[in-house]
Amino acid sequence: MQSNNTAFHGLISFLLIFLLLNASLVCAKPKQQINIAYLSQEQAIPPQLSSWDPFIKNKGIIGAELGIDDDNTTGEFTGQQFNLKTFIAPLEGAVTDTFNKEISSKFQYVVVNLPAVQLNQLSDLPAAKKMLLFDVATVDDALRNEQCRRNVLHLLPSRAMRADALAQYMMKKRWTKWFLIIGQAQEDRLFADAIKRSAKRFGMNIVAEKTWEHTYDARRTIQSDVAVFTQTDDDYDVLVVADEQGQFGDYLDYRTWIPRPVIGTQGLIATPWHKTHEQWGAVQIQNRFKEKAGRWMEEPDYAAYLAVRAIGEAATRTNANKLNTVKDYMLSDAFALNGYTGNPLSFRSWDGQLRQPVLLVAPRSLVAVAPIEGFLHPKTELDTLGYDQPESQCKWDK
Amino acid sequence: MILKKQGLGVFLALALAGPVHAETVFVTLEKDNALAVVDPITRKLTKTVPIGQRPRGIALSPDNKLLYIATSDDNTIKIIDAETLKELGKLPSGDDPETFALNPAGDKIYVSNEDDSLVTVIDIAKKKVIKQIKVGVEPEGITVSPDNKWLISASETTNMVHWIDTKTNTIIENTLVDPRPRAVGFTADSQQLWVTSEMAGTLMILDTKTQQIIKTIKFEVSGVTADKIQPVGVVIDKDSNRGYVALGPANRVAVINGKTFEVEKTLLVGQRVWNLAFSPDQKRLYTTNGTSNDISIIDLENQTVTKSVGVGNYPWGVVVKP
Repeated sequence: MQSNNTAFHGLISFLLIFLLLNASLVCAKPKQQINIAYLSQEQAIPPQLSSWDPFIKNKGIIGAELGIDDDNTTGEFTGQQFNLKTFIAPLEGAVTDTFNKEISSKFQYVVVNLPAVQLNQLSDLPAAKKMLLFDVATVDDALRNEQCRRNVLHLLPSRAMRADALAQYMMKKRWTKWFLIIGQAQEDRLFADAIKRSAKRFGMNIVAEKTWEHTYDARRTIQSDVAVFTQTDDDYDVLVVADEQGQFGDYLDYRTWIPRPVIGTQGLIATPWHKTHEQWGAVQIQNRFKEKAGRWMEEPDYAAYLAVRAIGEAATRTNANKLNTVKDYMLSDAFALNGYTGNPLSFRSWDGQLRQPVLLVAPRSLVAVAPIEGFLHPKTELDTLGYDQPESQCKWDK
Repeated sequence: MILKKQGLGVFLALALAGPVHAETVFVTLEKDNALAVVDPITRKLTKTVPIGQRPRGIALSPDNKLLYIATSDDNTIKIIDAETLKELGKLPSGDDPETFALNPAGDKIYVSNEDDSLVTVIDIAKKKVIKQIKVGVEPEGITVSPDNKWLISASETTNMVHWIDTKTNTIIENTLVDPRPRAVGFTADSQQLWVTSEMAGTLMILDTKTQQIIKTIKFEVSGVTADKIQPVGVVIDKDSNRGYVALGPANRVAVINGKTFEVEKTLLVGQRVWNLAFSPDQKRLYTTNGTSNDISIIDLENQTVTKSVGVGNYPWGVVVKP
């Protein structure tokens, strides 16, 4: 009896210990959740300019997905779980409806792949005030200046940053006399404005400026038209083209009156990312992206990847998911994001623009990486590109 | 007869004048698919042998008889006879092996599989994979502590150093470090782990007991912009008196005092210096200079670069056989 009792007690205490152990397992710290929304809108397929550049429907999304994969690999070791939910507003619908219905009060971090007008609409919604929006589509300087919003960060380099990158390289080459050709779209005029600003900033001389006219006159061919169109009174070193949609810019090279290289939106272009880029570990992310997407990484993919990685990096370093903590860290001097372009990336505190190098690329070769060596800045050479703090028109109160 | 005698004399003179520390330097040539063999005493490239596609990481067995070479584009680690340089076998390294570490006993190899976020553990005798350990994104630097307790893997994009128990092959602790950690190296007493950060341009000293950073050293070189200072390879001498860090495109090796952690000086070597190896007596240091296609020989007693030897295209890894 006695021995039975002891055995019974033994069993009880064993069960107790077992339960306690089990309880501690069940009570293992739940993972900290960080929820990110990705918002875009269906696009009408634009007229195809060339058969080898097919329309890509999912530009941006795959970049965000790769970013989430990387965040979660890190999260496995820090006890954080990053969740990405994608919302695509219908072609005819209003993105504000999708935003109010699906995103507001559910998400604090929103990656927005939408044009400038819609981005501004969203960021002014009451619900958006308690969020951080990551703009992965616009390049407008106005959004980073007089139209800036406190709750928006811009991942892509602005037109001014791209034009400055080109101007720095032209200055290094001493190709200082520019002939500027501008398309008819509003975006082309904005790019031309950025080019003019950079020309003034870096002492370039715009010797001629013309607007490209589209005519459907059958007697005129590209071959004859460009040669006539590119005749100027003054000699120039480079032809600078502003044609963001690619309506005519690709037809200029090799058809000009005098032999001159083409730069701008075609020829030598300024971009945050390109398939020719392989330095600083870039070949690794190029491979990982291609394996996932079956295509090369485009600008919105790169921007969305960086947006999601920025959230991951700030959440990991602060061990937090709260918006204020994460945002404060993201905008602090301590924040350093790897963009596979050499310098660590960070955000400009005065306008929310991602501070980053800009690649200068020809279709099949990386020509240079701006900031070009020799362009100095008291804080960081990266701030020689685009609107520096003293020039910024952003007042942060909108 | 006279000729013969003379010949013998010359031979004897050569033999007597010959170096006491005969050693051989092996350098993998990433773009030549070859292994360069250098005699550092005569300071000459003695031969170049084809070794496989895109050779990078290289290690020497503790008995100095075998070379292990990661031929990345063959997706394998080759076992090479260190005397005859003939291939003896292959190890199942997983995809695209670049960096790997041999444990002190010489019976296990740990490989970073960069594209798959894995560390592969290989039993050398059985030529078998024992385990694959899930680590952070883009694992690169890897090393085993001299006391064989810790396997360290650094992931470049996760910005972490993973502390893996070599008995269980499981991660015990993770330390967040500066962005893009590249190389990792222990002091001989296993008490400190030195970690380089390519993007921050820093060296971090971690205490093995607490697994925390106890010191961060930011490298600066006058006349070189910060973005060119990309610390990569790191080695520490056996008494922890000095450590050496290759600064990549800054084309310099930094000399760090192992007690005060001051940067004592930087030595100008070839272009894009990546990996480093001591001579067996630790009187010399050899550096691979990727884009100037040579190795530099540093005399550590005088702290001067004495010679560069052209070896071939894109020298990557280096080991020294006594």
